Amino acid sequence: MTAESKSIQSLPGEVKSEKGREWGKIALIAAVVTYLAMVLLLPTLYVFIGAFSRGIGPFFATLIDPDFTQALRLTAMAVGIAVPFNVVFGLCAAWVIARRRFRGRTLLLSIIDLPFSISPIVAGLMLVSLYGRNGLLGPLLQSLDIRIIFSFPGIALATMLGGMPFVAREVIPVLEEVGTQEEEAAKTLGAGEWQTFWRVTLPSIRWALLYGIILTTARAMGEYGAIAVVSSNLIGRTQTLTLYVEGAYRNYDSQSAFAASVVLAGLAGVTLVIKEVFERRIRIKDEEV
Amino acid sequence: MTVSKTQSTSPSAPKNWLKGFSLPWGVTITYLSIVLLLPVSALILRAATLSPAEFWRLATAPVALSTYNITFGTALFAAAINCVAGTATAWVLVRYEFPFKRVLDAVIDLPFALPTAVAGITLATVYSEQGWIGSFLTPLGIRVSFTRLGVAVAMVFISVPFVVRTVQPVLQELDYTIEEAAWSLGASRWETCWRVVLPPLIPAILTGTTQAFARAVGEYGSVVLIAANIPYQDLIAPILVFQRLEENDMAGATAIGTVLLLISLVLLLMVNVLQAWRQRYDG
Repeated sequence: MTAESKSIQSLPGEVKSEKGREWGKIALIAAVVTYLAMVLLLPTLYVFIGAFSRGIGPFFATLIDPDFTQALRLTAMAVGIAVPFNVVFGLCAAWVIARRRFRGRTLLLSIIDLPFSISPIVAGLMLVSLYGRNGLLGPLLQSLDIRIIFSFPGIALATMLGGMPFVAREVIPVLEEVGTQEEEAAKTLGAGEWQTFWRVTLPSIRWALLYGIILTTARAMGEYGAIAVVSSNLIGRTQTLTLYVEGAYRNYDSQSAFAASVVLAGLAGVTLVIKEVFERRIRIKDEEV
Repeated sequence: MTVSKTQSTSPSAPKNWLKGFSLPWGVTITYLSIVLLLPVSALILRAATLSPAEFWRLATAPVALSTYNITFGTALFAAAINCVAGTATAWVLVRYEFPFKRVLDAVIDLPFALPTAVAGITLATVYSEQGWIGSFLTPLGIRVSFTRLGVAVAMVFISVPFVVRTVQPVLQELDYTIEEAAWSLGASRWETCWRVVLPPLIPAILTGTTQAFARAVGEYGSVVLIAANIPYQDLIAPILVFQRLEENDMAGATAIGTVLLLISLVLLLMVNVLQAWRQRYDG
């Protein structure tokens, strides 16, 4: 078959193949939309339907239920501790990885990623084997009368562990991209380390940092498996929001479970919106360049 | 290298360098140790206190073996679905224009943002016999909630973003003119797809699929709520570890937990190797 015969053949077939491509496109879009609807959209939509299934009254009744408010308070406390720690750590780790060349740099990067691939249950188990009553530090902690597992510090540690990589992950590429020129210029002009960081480095990484904070907050609020291991799950005492959701659901109180889920899903929505804004800004910046 | 050398000749540089060196380094190492490294070592040390025979007996107990089988089988199934559907989704999002495309693009990240416990209860309800989707499947004899299929649905849900988000940027960078060149040289649409479009995407697809698989293997929250958690039927390994802990069987939990930890280390290594391969491909 020569090239000539092919082009002649394709002439009358052109319209048909163009039409076929259009149909293929529509079919593919329909398939993808169906898949996402089945897996993502309908289940997420149902969170809201489930919460208001018996009207708006029961929804608010859940929100003022003392067990719920206590769980909300505990989650807020865990988030309030874990997120600042993870932000400071993430900034330091990002700086070390992006600004220093040393042996084991890729290893450090992989270690920071580790919490992404460890099962939350294994993460909880790890904390128990270190800080638990029969753990490695158990005797020491007992003699100091410090309780970590089955109490709040354990929940905080589990929350820190799950959200650890996000800030570093988001900030590293930006730090690498902006380079060191401006920082060096600032230092040459007499700025100190802190001044350089606040005035030069921080402004250039602020969106990546913000996005990292949002992600680590979302993860911290949603932390479940690791907390289920290290918490005694006492209603009203060591029960976080996710444990409350599970508990209510298992007690056939699905309305309360979904009402609490709406609070958690609301944050997920905020996360997605901020991510959109963040990415749009990057796109605009790219286009300017 | 040369830059840092010339820098250190200026009089104030060594002090600053030391100062800059110690604080972020100190924070990084201390925090990593307390939160991650020491706990990991503690688990491995605890596993090492078991005799090898004991460890082997606990880690390969029949119920443990069945959970590995179910975990990996189902996670592989979920990863395969996401491999195909994720690539198709990335393609649709990059190449086609249609209404609500931006919304669709945004919801891909939902599984990262939505807590797994929430995902678990809503999937269990929607796929239950009276649920929105389940009620259509029940007449066909398909039960999802409280079966192994439910485990698969949960694993698909939580790993949706991985393949889409790794393939999307590569597809965006892909030069459209190469495809046109292939067409104009007489390649059919399938040929263009297989021989021109797909090869540069393969490293990204594999990376995303491995990440999805790793995430699915470790999943707990959504699966524990949608599955019946019955041994030999739909019990997965992380949930078995949790059950062992609840029974106060620390040795059993440690053995199976260590197996899971080692597997996630291997998968992490695989992702890193794939990413290195990808970068070489790009370069």
